[in-house]
Amino acid sequence: MLLGPSLAVSAVLFVIGAAGVLLRRNAIVIFMCVELMLNAVNLTFVAFAQQLGTNGQIFVFFVMAVAAAEAAVGLAIILAVYRHKETVDLQHINLLKG
Amino acid sequence: MSWIGAHLVEIVFWGFGGFAVVSATLCITRRSPLASALWLIQTLFCVAVLFTLLDAAFIGILQVLVYAGAIMVLFLFVIMLLNMGRGGPGDVRGLFGAAVAGVLGAALLFQLKGLGQAVPPEAIRLPPGTLAAAQQQQGVVNVVAVPLFDAFLIPFEITSLLLLAAVVGAVVLAKRKL
Repeated sequence: MLLGPSLAVSAVLFVIGAAGVLLRRNAIVIFMCVELMLNAVNLTFVAFAQQLGTNGQIFVFFVMAVAAAEAAVGLAIILAVYRHKETVDLQHINLLKG
Repeated sequence: MSWIGAHLVEIVFWGFGGFAVVSATLCITRRSPLASALWLIQTLFCVAVLFTLLDAAFIGILQVLVYAGAIMVLFLFVIMLLNMGRGGPGDVRGLFGAAVAGVLGAALLFQLKGLGQAVPPEAIRLPPGTLAAAQQQQGVVNVVAVPLFDAFLIPFEITSLLLLAAVVGAVVLAKRKL
């Protein structure tokens, strides 16, 4: 049974993704780190699905659909911001401050 | 030799798991967004192998097709569209940011460590090999597809609505003039 190793790899991948969000300033790279975290959670779902039935695998399917939708909309937002500010560096994007 | 044969699945799992962790680390530390994206694709491929080893071959194929094939191509397209292939100076935060990320990451890993020992209760656990046997009997795709179009039909239809909304939203956001 590979449940323990899968949970370990999944936890490490999730932590790397979270650290990447804190470490980077480029909006697109931060977005990629979010995708990495989603993937780590998918690994947990699949690992538990091996013992608890296929419902976990179906949930991974839905997570992938949501991730695809999120990537399309998020990258469109980044494009719109880039057109407005000429940068995707989060240090220079503080629209809420006016 | 027999030891290797008995533990082949574990060896392959740890090999690709370790490779996934290494390439994820490279993904968040490379300065160029293009290199980051390529290392992320490498990570996604390794995770697809792990899915296959966990009796989820169909999910592994979907991972390669949807994640590495569609989503990451979209990322690469935007990176090249915005001409960020080289990566300006100072995208990675300084020493303070790295320290904050390291400390918070270690704290998160410590919290997740408790989760790692979680074992599902015996009453709801399937006997080992049930999933593999079902795949042998019904086929790799059927095991996922039949519940998806039966018990999960309404969530599936709602997913199509979500994708429609995302397509419309992406076009509205990215278009210069409507």
